[in-house]
Amino acid sequence: MGRKLQYVTIKGTKDGFTLILDDRCSYRELLDEIEEKLSVATREPNDNRLVPVFLETGNRYLNEEQINTISELIRKKKKLYIEQVHSNVITKAEAEKMQKENRIVKIEKMVRSGQVLEITGDLLLIGDVNPGAKVVATGNIYIMGVLRGIAHAGANGKTDAVICASKMEPSQLLIADIAARSPDELQVFNHEMEYAYIDHNLNQIRIDKLQSFTMLQQTYT
Amino acid sequence: MGEAIVITSGKGGVGKTTTTVNIGTALALSNKKVCLVDSDIGLRNLDVLMGLENRIIYDLVDVAHGRCKLNAALIKDKRFDCLHVLPAAQTVDKTSVNPEQMKQIIHELKQDYDYVFIDCPAGIERGYKNAVAGADKSIVVTTPESSAVRDADRIIGLLEKEKNMEPPKLIINRIRKQLVKSGDMLDVDDVVSILAIELLGIVPDDEAVIAAANRGEPIALEPSNYASIAYRNIGRRILGESVPLASFEESQGLFSKLKKLIGIR
Repeated sequence: MGRKLQYVTIKGTKDGFTLILDDRCSYRELLDEIEEKLSVATREPNDNRLVPVFLETGNRYLNEEQINTISELIRKKKKLYIEQVHSNVITKAEAEKMQKENRIVKIEKMVRSGQVLEITGDLLLIGDVNPGAKVVATGNIYIMGVLRGIAHAGANGKTDAVICASKMEPSQLLIADIAARSPDELQVFNHEMEYAYIDHNLNQIRIDKLQSFTMLQQTYT
Repeated sequence: MGEAIVITSGKGGVGKTTTTVNIGTALALSNKKVCLVDSDIGLRNLDVLMGLENRIIYDLVDVAHGRCKLNAALIKDKRFDCLHVLPAAQTVDKTSVNPEQMKQIIHELKQDYDYVFIDCPAGIERGYKNAVAGADKSIVVTTPESSAVRDADRIIGLLEKEKNMEPPKLIINRIRKQLVKSGDMLDVDDVVSILAIELLGIVPDDEAVIAAANRGEPIALEPSNYASIAYRNIGRRILGESVPLASFEESQGLFSKLKKLIGIR
């Protein structure tokens, strides 16, 4: 067994440990070496705190089961836990999902009462959302038209999603899991472009003029 | 070969049957061969508005089930030779006919008539599906009330999904000028901006329409009534003429614009 090469490199950082795994050796060899390395290392910390480990897998693809195995192995040996796995490769399915979530879907139609328009990614709607209709997007919603129905942005929990409309007269707005409805008393709508976002200080949805949108973006970045 | 136009609304009581009867009469006045089909099986009343109730022997369901020939069920109008009515059955319900059978009947009627108007029942269930099955075009009737507009919007969404169907056109029924002026009623522009389809015509609210219906005489026969003129204008637009909205038909915005144009304040 020519175990001269180092398949597993351990680096200490201020946040914890980084485990750099070689991506050329077999998975079996990797497991053996992790086990070996962790058995050798001594100096236990005095407190019972768990130390985070960052896993660098390079160009190796580890599936969920394999990550769990390594995770268990590390947990068993020392007071360590895997905080993050960083890999240069992802599966095609994951890549497609990412691409879907980051695209802008352009749709030209009137969304009418009783219709539900659901998309993955950002929605650019050219047309109105009528009362009784609903548009749902995992990302942002931009409506070039009147929003009179329900809009749900960040449907998978993206709290920094926004809803923009040329004319904002919604019956309900939802961003991630926060909802807001229109006031009960009749109101005069102004005809400026507006957008809705979650005010993270108050944890509720706010509507503002579109001009202030760029200002908000600056505070986020 | 003529064309089949379904008249629908989603909500009940907005004037589908009245509209069907009057547009049919208006086109018969222009010497077109017209057939009115009542597809509201179980709740028929198109024949009542036409004053033809006492002449019904066979009906739509009899034709669908082959109990009589199509011609035997058709009733000729009292006033026009070119206007016929295919009445609905009253004793059974909407499930006694299926869309395939309707398609077949409408197809057969289209061979003999210039225009076949199908009066659709309220709702979006079986009756609606039957009525829409054989149609080439559609007219959506609404009143300027938010509930009626909401239902019209739903119906338009369904009609847009139909294959082989042209985009629907809109009739706004029972406009009350005074209420619109005082801001208590949606105006034509509001309705059109929500529904976003082509406007075929608007009909003013008029008590004479109710009176005429009770007599069994379509209002479109009266030459000077505003509602009657509105229906006849709609008829002419269906024939392809470009008829501008008459002064009582105009929305406030357009009217004041026009006034400005000719210089009256």
